[in-house]
This record gives sequence, structure tokens and C-alpha cells, in this order.
Amino acid sequence: MSITCELSNLTSKKAKESSGGRKWIKKPLLFLILCGLTVSMVIVLLMFSRKEETGSCDGEARVLYRHQNVTRSEIHDLVSLFYDSDQVTSFECRKESSPGMWENYGITCALNMRCEKEETGGAPLNLDPSGLQHYISSTARVCDNLEQSLLQSKEPVNHDEGLNWDVSTYLRNTWWCLILGVLVCHKVFVSHSRAPTERKENVNPQEALAHKQRPQTAFRGAGKWRKNILLLGVIAGVSMSVWWFWDTNEKIILKRRETLENMCDERARVLQDQFNVSLNHVHALSILVSTFHHGKTPSAIDQKTFGEYTERTNFERPLTSGVAYALKVPHSKREQFEKEHGWTIKKMETEDQTPVQDCVPENFDPAPIQDEYAPVIFAQETVSHIVSVDMMSGEEDRENILRARASGKGVLTSPFKLLKSNHLGVVLTFAVYDTNLPHNATEEQRVDATIGYLGASYDMPSLVEKLLHQLASKQTIVVDVYDTTNASDLIKMYGSETGDISEQHISSLDFGDPSRNHEMHCRFKHKLPIPWTAIISSGLVLIITFLVGYIFHDAISRIAIVEEDWQKMKELKARAEAADIAKSQFLATVSHEIRTPMNGVLGMLKMLMDTDLDAKQMDYAQTAHGSGTDLISLINEVLDQAKIESGRLELENVPFDMRLVLDNVSSLLSGKANEKGIELAVYVSGQVPDVVVGDPSRFRQIITNLVGNSIKFTQDKGHIFISVHIADEMREPVNIKDAVLKQRVALGCSESGETVSGFPAVNALGSWKNFKTFDSTGDQNSGRIKLLVTVEDTGVGIPLDAQGRIFTPFMQADSSTSRTYGGTGIGLSISKRLVELMEGEMGFVSEPGIGSTFSFTGVFGRAETNFTITKYERFDLAIQEFKGMKALVIDNRKIRAEVTSYHLRRLGISADIVSSLRMACTCISKLGNLAMVLIDKDAWNKTDFTILDELLTSTKETSTRPPKILLLATSATLVERSEMKSSGFIDEVLIKPLRMSVLICCLQEILVNGKKRQPIRKRINLGHLLREKRILVVDDNLVNRRVAEGALKKYGAVVTCVESGKAALAMLKPPHNFDACFMDLQMPEMDGFEATRRVRDLERETNKKVASEEVPVEMYSKFSSWHVPILAMTADVIQASNEECMKCGMDGYVSKPFEEEKLYTAVARFFESS
Amino acid sequence: MDALVAQLQMQFRDYTISLYQQGFLDDQFTELKKLQDDGSPDFVAEVLSLFFEDCVKLIGNMARALDQTGTVDFSQVGASVHQLKGSSSSVGAKRVKGLCVTFKEYCEAKNYEGCVRCLQQVDIEYKALKTKLQDMFNLEKQIIQAGGRVPQVDIN
Repeated sequence: MSITCELSNLTSKKAKESSGGRKWIKKPLLFLILCGLTVSMVIVLLMFSRKEETGSCDGEARVLYRHQNVTRSEIHDLVSLFYDSDQVTSFECRKESSPGMWENYGITCALNMRCEKEETGGAPLNLDPSGLQHYISSTARVCDNLEQSLLQSKEPVNHDEGLNWDVSTYLRNTWWCLILGVLVCHKVFVSHSRAPTERKENVNPQEALAHKQRPQTAFRGAGKWRKNILLLGVIAGVSMSVWWFWDTNEKIILKRRETLENMCDERARVLQDQFNVSLNHVHALSILVSTFHHGKTPSAIDQKTFGEYTERTNFERPLTSGVAYALKVPHSKREQFEKEHGWTIKKMETEDQTPVQDCVPENFDPAPIQDEYAPVIFAQETVSHIVSVDMMSGEEDRENILRARASGKGVLTSPFKLLKSNHLGVVLTFAVYDTNLPHNATEEQRVDATIGYLGASYDMPSLVEKLLHQLASKQTIVVDVYDTTNASDLIKMYGSETGDISEQHISSLDFGDPSRNHEMHCRFKHKLPIPWTAIISSGLVLIITFLVGYIFHDAISRIAIVEEDWQKMKELKARAEAADIAKSQFLATVSHEIRTPMNGVLGMLKMLMDTDLDAKQMDYAQTAHGSGTDLISLINEVLDQAKIESGRLELENVPFDMRLVLDNVSSLLSGKANEKGIELAVYVSGQVPDVVVGDPSRFRQIITNLVGNSIKFTQDKGHIFISVHIADEMREPVNIKDAVLKQRVALGCSESGETVSGFPAVNALGSWKNFKTFDSTGDQNSGRIKLLVTVEDTGVGIPLDAQGRIFTPFMQADSSTSRTYGGTGIGLSISKRLVELMEGEMGFVSEPGIGSTFSFTGVFGRAETNFTITKYERFDLAIQEFKGMKALVIDNRKIRAEVTSYHLRRLGISADIVSSLRMACTCISKLGNLAMVLIDKDAWNKTDFTILDELLTSTKETSTRPPKILLLATSATLVERSEMKSSGFIDEVLIKPLRMSVLICCLQEILVNGKKRQPIRKRINLGHLLREKRILVVDDNLVNRRVAEGALKKYGAVVTCVESGKAALAMLKPPHNFDACFMDLQMPEMDGFEATRRVRDLERETNKKVASEEVPVEMYSKFSSWHVPILAMTADVIQASNEECMKCGMDGYVSKPFEEEKLYTAVARFFESS
Repeated sequence: MDALVAQLQMQFRDYTISLYQQGFLDDQFTELKKLQDDGSPDFVAEVLSLFFEDCVKLIGNMARALDQTGTVDFSQVGASVHQLKGSSSSVGAKRVKGLCVTFKEYCEAKNYEGCVRCLQQVDIEYKALKTKLQDMFNLEKQIIQAGGRVPQVDIN
């Protein structure tokens, strides 16, 4: 049962696995796809980030390039200025320009320019050296600026590289972390999945059952721990992705701010530079005026020249809308001045905002009387309308003029609405001094030396606009310019309200006027775009985290399931094992309980059959009895199996004659064998002692089982050969004395065909070789012998695939076996266990179609010397008679002849063997005094026999008796037999298998009595058996005693009665005066069991004494041991279980109201021989 | 004369059969009769007289045991019943035997009432059997006196 259970478990497990496997095929696929997806996404991400960096680089380069362009155009303007004023001869360097050599270019330009300027110094135009100085310094400053900007532009590139490195490190680190995590998790997984299996090896199933709670909780704990780790991992992954997003976003913002800063600074610088350039130029103009207007008399400049000049050099001051020169006129000189110029000094109309075109200075009011005036005398064409306007009359202008002449530097007004235009603007004013003003002049000196003022108006919005147009990224950035001289009241000079207010950068502007502060505010035109890069990358990390988490979660839950399953399996296994043990115990108990009532049923059936039944009733009763017998034998087998399995079977240790047991078995099974026409032969080696100590019933059981199987599986041909040897005989194969064994070892039966029947059989040698204990030595002197028993048949054999499970209980070769041959398949298993209990081994060799040979070894004790079996005694007399006789065996098969001669040897008859009748003829003369000739039926030949018979009769005269002729046959019908006998040649036909009792009876009849045997009567008269026997009847019941006495007396027995167990004990002291004793079981004081036990004890003691010769042997006549047959008498068949009787040493039982047949069968066993 | 014998034989047969049919006797009685041969001509009578003696003794024992007020020794009663059962089964006194079985059960159950009732029944029963058998023996004697042979009665 346990096996079937395991099997079904296995299959179910397999099924589960297969179904689970399909699920698992999908999972790696999914996992692979996910892996591929992740890797590709990461690659794309990496490429994307690099591209972005190159893009930003490109942006930088573009800025640089534009910057360069701007500067170039500036230089170009400068050159054209020189060129226009006929002061420049050549300027080749422009052609050498290339973006990569910008620095050099700048320097060369500067150098070239210096040369040019030196040349111009000697020009007829006679430029003032200080003016030239201005030029040079301004150009040098431009160069410096360029260099600076170049250096600055380099720095961000480096920074970007660093950033790039950072990102890749992050990625790499993350990957390493991931891989490490995966490895660690895998390790944990592996160790955990291994741990249970290790534990499984150590744990005893029953222990496991007992402690199953503990590991379960441990597993649950482990599962929880794993889940926590997973949760932690997922949380870590999520937080990492959040961090990643934050980090990346931060970087983007930072970068954006940097860009903004850079751009803002750049713009501020450019604006400042441009402004400074024009500032310088205006300064130069002031010097020009001072040189050429005031330094020369008459003046070299008039309105026309000034207008023309300023118009032509306007490109140098792209930021100015116009320049004008005003003369310092004190009030005292006003009239003179007005007279000189022919117009009156006019007042500036700040309120009048009519367009410039409509403005007519003549319409202006004359300037009010002041200390001094600053009437414009020269003006650029664009602002020619302010000629004659008094600059002192304007608020900002006046202040500006005052400051300018005090500082001697250019000064700026705060932004205000420019005259006659709606734009905000500033006015730059330079004071023009007398030429002889010292450098370290005081403020008063400066004011005194002032002769005029040069003003330039800057239109800020258009100015900035123009400038920004030249720069890159004008679309992305919004610029505001503020005047911050008054910190609390910022004046916006340029700008709009649009753009991203959240972030702006402020760069300070220096327009060369220290008293005025300007700032540039930059901000992006558009809001910060959604940071897709950060979102994607962090999203990827999140996805990966969740995927990995999912995978691990799956694994963990699977581990949990597997562990749970394993737990269940273990529990089930333990339960199944416990159930198996319980089953065995149950079977043992129940079988025993079944046996007792079955005995009753069988007994009653037997009694029923003894009553007068008609044929039909008899048939039914017989069928019932037969079924009952089968059932009992089956129950016995099951009981044995259960007993063996639960370890309750113990072997007896009593002396017995192995040959008798084998005789018994062969006589028992001969009927079946003969029915099938199978030859059954028994051979026991001469070296096997007569009496061995062991368990005869178990030995008999094994032999019966093996032979029974052989008969079952052998079909109508061949033989079954039982042979017993001592294992030691096999040890030296060269010196084997035993003829049968020699033949086996030397030739191998199957090859030579030298078998009992002539049919091939499998050589037992193969199975012998597998016995481990076969070669163990040292048992020779310890009083123990190892016997080797072989049962050889020529049956169907065992299929090769079934040979492995032949000893498993309830497993036959295949399911068809039980259909074809019947049986439960338990016998071999029991036999094997029994053999193991006998410290032996069982094995077999089998070839399908040829047959099987089962062998087993068993250790038996050597019986003490002079110890013979009681049952043997009845043959003693006969054996004495036969001793010393000679016989001739004629058989064409050597082994069979050996078997025959073995049986003869047992009777003390020495036999010679010849292989055929002809051979016998030749050697018959040499063998004188033959008592008998045994001829096998196979060797029988009528013609040859006639010759032999003649020879034999010829010797008749010399000998007293002619040899008796016996024919050995496997099967012969009565008709055949009588035919044979009537032919006169043959004295008797012996039906094989040969066995001692049959042989003795037969020989006695033909030799001793000299007459042919009567056909066997079915029932010998009981009177004959019991006549003159001294029998003791023990019963406490007077009536019963009397009845028993009467019954036994009727058969001629001499009956003595006693009424108690004690009295019986007194009568049954050895030497015995009784041949048998019938004992009631239920008696007061001492019951039958107890009495018997005591009698047996006494006998044993006496036997010991006899053995040790303490008591004179002659006192006990010819018996060498004492054993009085004691039979139980019982009224109750059911109660009288045979086993119980046997246990206390009884030899049998009879049911109480004596029945003739029962009495006969019980008694016959003891008195048959006499 | 022969007619008388034949009549007696007929009577004997009928009577014996009636004994079997009424359940007084069973096969064992037949077996017992088989044991009687020339060697022991009065075997059956001897055994039966032994049996009845036994009965008197045992019933007396039991009556005494059951008569005792207070503690009744059922085991003693049981032993006697067992004896009686064995004897009755040996002679084939079927009714007595049957009663003994019941009696024994009561005894084991220590049922005093049942025991007393059974004892009375057994007493009645064995006496009845005794009378019947005496009648039968008388018949046998008459047959023999008449010069006839006691016929073998085949019960079946």
C-alpha cells in the first residue's frame, strides 16, 4: 500500500510540475524581453544625454561665432572710418581671419593698427597724440574684451565635460548596484532553497511529524523576512528614482541658470562695450572741436563742416542719435554772441512734444536771463533743430553740463524723454576745455577753463534693440535695462513685461559715468520646459525596480509554495508511514482473530461432511471447506507478512530432519506436479547432517512456496529439482565430492542438458555468486552450518523487467500473472524475509522461456550428537532390514540417477549407476548379489530388458533371491501400472517423487513380505492402530472419562484413567509406560496445558540425563529420547486452537465426543509405523 | 412370540425416535450405543448411571451453593455446571446440555435468579430424562426377555 501511495504521490507531483513548468516557460521569456527593453532604453538615454551636451556646445560656439561677427563688424567700421578719413593705407589682416585663430587675429589687428596709427601720427592732418591714444586704448580694450570672452567661453566647456562624466558615473554605479542586488538576492534564494533539502536529509519523518509546528513557523518567518527585504528593495528603488528625477531636474535648472547668466553677462558686456566705444568717440569729438574750433583762429569748423563730419562718422557711434556742440556763453557776452551768430539764444521747450520735423527753432522763446548760457552752435544733421537752443535751460542738461565741466569726464543724464522724440534716452555730455588745462586741475580751474560742451543723445530702446539684434539667442532671452542711480526708484530704460519672471539674472553695466549705475536684467522668454529627460530616466528606474520587484515577488511566493508543499509532503509521508505500521499491526491482529473462528468453521464443515449427505450437499460442503482452507492459508500468509513487517516474527530453534521435511513437501506437492506431468526431485547432499536445529515449519514454508511457485509456472513439461548443499561445499569448486553439485559447477546445467528431465534449466551458479555471505568462513566449528538450497524449474521464467520487483509484497511479475496463475504475490516476499531471519540470502536467476532457479542460504545449528527425531524411529526397523543391500540404478540421466541413489542411500542401500540397459547387461555380472534393480521409465526398453532379465535370472541360481525389478515413473495411470506388473517383468512401479516413507513401504512389501502390495485402503481400521496400546485418559469428568475409556477400549487399547492433571503428571514420569495420552484441557487445579508443559519439562530433563549418560541407557530400552504423544481432548473446536495446543507441547487434538475418523487421523501419526 | 417381539421392537424404535425428536437425546447417544459391544454389554447403562449419579451430586452441590444467603460462590456453581455440561454432552443428553449452556451464562453473569431457575429446570429435566431412559431400558429388557434383539435405531 505504501508503495502505491508513493507512486500516486509521484505521479501527482509530476503532473503538478508539468503544469507549473508551462507557466514557467512564459516567465523567462517575459523576463528576457524586459531585460532587452531596459538595456535598449538605457542606451538610448545615454546617447540622448550626450547629444544634448554636444547641442549645448554647439550653442556656445554659435554665441562665440556671433560675438566674433559683431567684433568683426566693429573693426570693419573702425577701418572704414580710417579709410574714409584717408588715414588708413591698408589693412590686410582681415583676410587672414579664421574662427580658430581669433586671438591671434585680434592681436595682429592691434599691432597693425598701432603701426597705422604711428604712420597717421606723421600725417599732414596732424592728429592730436592724445586723440590717437584714445583710439589705441579703445582698440586694445576691445581686444582684451575678446580675450576675456574667449577665456570665459572656454570655462563652461570644461564644466560641461565634468557634468557629462558625472552622469555616466551615476549610471554605471546604478548598474553595478542593480547587478549586485540581483546577485545577492540570487544567493539568498539559492541558500534558502538548499537549506530545506539539507534539513530534510537529517529529519526523521516521525520526528518531523512531532516537530512539524516549529519548522513551519520558521519558514513563515523566513518568508516574511524575505518579503520585508523585497519591500525595502522596492522602496529603495522608488526613492532612487525620485532622487534621480530631482537630481536631474536640479541639474537642468542649474544649467539653465548658468546659460542665462552667461547670456546676460555677455549682453551686458557687449552693450557696455558699444557704449564705451561711442563714449570714447564722443570724447574724441570733443577734443576735435577743442582742437579745431577753439585752437585755431579763425575756426576750422563751422556748422556745415561739423554737420558733415559728424554725419560721416556716425557709424562710429551707432548708439547715438545725434551730437551737438554748445558754447559756454556768460551773460555778459550774450549780446555779443547773439550778434556774432545772428540769432538769439533760445529756451528749451521741454513741454512741447511736437515731432522733430515740425520743430522750428525760430519759434522758440528766447532764453531767460541767466548767469551763463550754453547755446548749441554745431549740431549733427539729425538734431540740427537744436542749434541756438540753450542747453542750460533744460533741467537734465543743465545738471549734466555742470557735472561734466566739474569732472572733466563724460557724464550721463538719467533717462528722460528726449527732446522732440518720444523715446527714453540719455544725454552724454563732455566739457571742452582750454587746451592748456593741466591734468591735475581742480574743479574751479576746470569750470573756468570750460569753453564749451559736447553732447550726445543716446536713444536707449533703439540702441539696445539694435545691439541685441546682433546677438544670438535673442529669441530665448528677454532683456531689461534699468538706471539704478536712485536705488529706491528704478528707471526702466528698456524692456518689456513678457518672459519668465521666476528666474532672472542681473548684470551691472558701467557706462563710464561713476555717478550713475545701470543694471541689465535678463530672463528667459519661455517658461522652463517639462524636464522629459529626468522623467524618462527616473521612470525607467521605477519600471526596472517594479519589474525586478515583481520577479522577486514571484520567486518568493513560489518558494513559499514549494516550502509549503514540501511541508505537506513530509507530513503526509510521516502519516503514510505511521499508517503503514498501523496497517501491519492491524493485519496481524485481525488475521489472528479471523483464524480462530475460521478454525471453527472448518471444523464444523468437516463434521458436516462426515454426516450423511447426499451428493449435492456433499459437493457444497466440500466446496465450502476447500474455500475455507484457501482462506485460512491466505490469512496465514497475510499474518506472516504482517508479523514480519511489524517485526514480531520469531523463529523457533528445534532439531529437525531436513530430509523428512523435504519428503513431506514433495509428497504434499507431488499430486499437483504429477497432474501436470512435471518431474519433482529432491536431493540432499551427503554432507548435510541428519538433524539440524532451526525452524522446520518456516523452512518448510519457504520450500513449499518456492516449489509451489515452480509448479504454478511450469507447464506440462520439465522438472522441479530441489537440492540442498552445505555452502562450504562450494568454497573449493575443484574438490567438490558431491556428484550433483560437481556437475552443476563443472558444466552448467543449461548448456549440457544434464538436468533431471533433460529440459534445459538456468544454472543456479549465477545467483550463488551474488550472495554476499556465501564465502564467509568460520562457521564450521561454532556448531552452525550454512545450507544452500536451490529450487530449479523449467517454467516460463520471469520477464527481465519484472525481475527487480519480484520480492516486493503483492507485486507479481505483471498484472496478468495473477489472472493466469492466481496467487497474491506475497509468498516470495515472505520467503525472502524468512530467509533473512535465518541469516541467509535469497536470489534467483531466470531466463524467460527456459526457467527460473531460486536459491537461498540459511544458517542452521548443528544438532547434538546422538540426537534423533522421534518421528524417525518408526523407520528404524525397516532401515535395519535394508542396511547393506545393493541396488542397481539404470537411468540415462546422471543427475536423476544420483537423486535415486540418494534416496536409496538414506535406507542404507548402496547403489551403482549405469546409464542404459545395455550397459547394465555388460556390468551385471560384476555386481553380484543385487537386491533390486531400479529402472527409470525413460531408460525402459522392452527388448533390452529381456536380455537383462535373462542375465538376472541366470544369476538367480547363485544368489538366494532374485533381484527385484522396480520401474520409476513420473506418472502412470493405474491401467499402465497393472499392465506393467502383469507383464511379469516388473515387481513394482514407483511413482516419483521418491520419498522415504513410500520407498520403505514399497520395498517392505516386495522384499520383506515377498508379496505384492495391496491397493492402499483408504482407511486403516482404527482397531489395528490402537490395539494393545497403553493409553492414559485424563479427565476430571467421570462420565467423559468413562466414555473415552469405552471408546478407546473398543479399538483394543489398554486404557488407564485418571481424574486430574496432577495424577496424570504422576503417571507420565519417564520412563513412560504409556504410548499416548488423551488430556482434557479444562480441569480444575491443573489444566491440560499446564500438565502437558510439566510433562514436557520432565522429559527434557530426562533426555538430558540420558544424553550425558547419567542414567543407564538400558533402562530406557531402545529409545534414545522421550516424547510421549499427548493429545488434547476438547468439546469446543473453536476454543481449541491448534496453535495453543502446540505451544505447550501437545501433539494434536481430538474433539471430545470421539469421532472415529478424527481419532484415527490424530492417532495415526503416532502409531502408523507399527 | 415373534409378533410380540416385533411389536416391542416397533415400540422401542418409536420411543427412541420420539426421544430424539423431543430433543432429549442427540447423536452422541448413538455414538455411545455404538461403543457397546460384546466386550462391554452394559456399557450404556453403566455410563448413564454414572451420569445420573453425577447429576444428583452436582445438582446437590449447586443447590447448596445457591442456598447460601448472602454471598453466593458463583465460581463453584460454574464449575459444577461445567462438569454437568461435559457429562451431558458425553452421554448425549441434549436438553440437559442446552440448559447447562444457559445456566453457565447466568452463572458467569452472576444472575442469581436465573441460576436458581436453571437449577430447577435442570433438576426437572434430568429426572425426566431418567424416567424416559428407564422406560427405554425396560423396553429393551422386555425385548431381550421375549428373545428378540434390540434393534439399531437409525435416527436420520
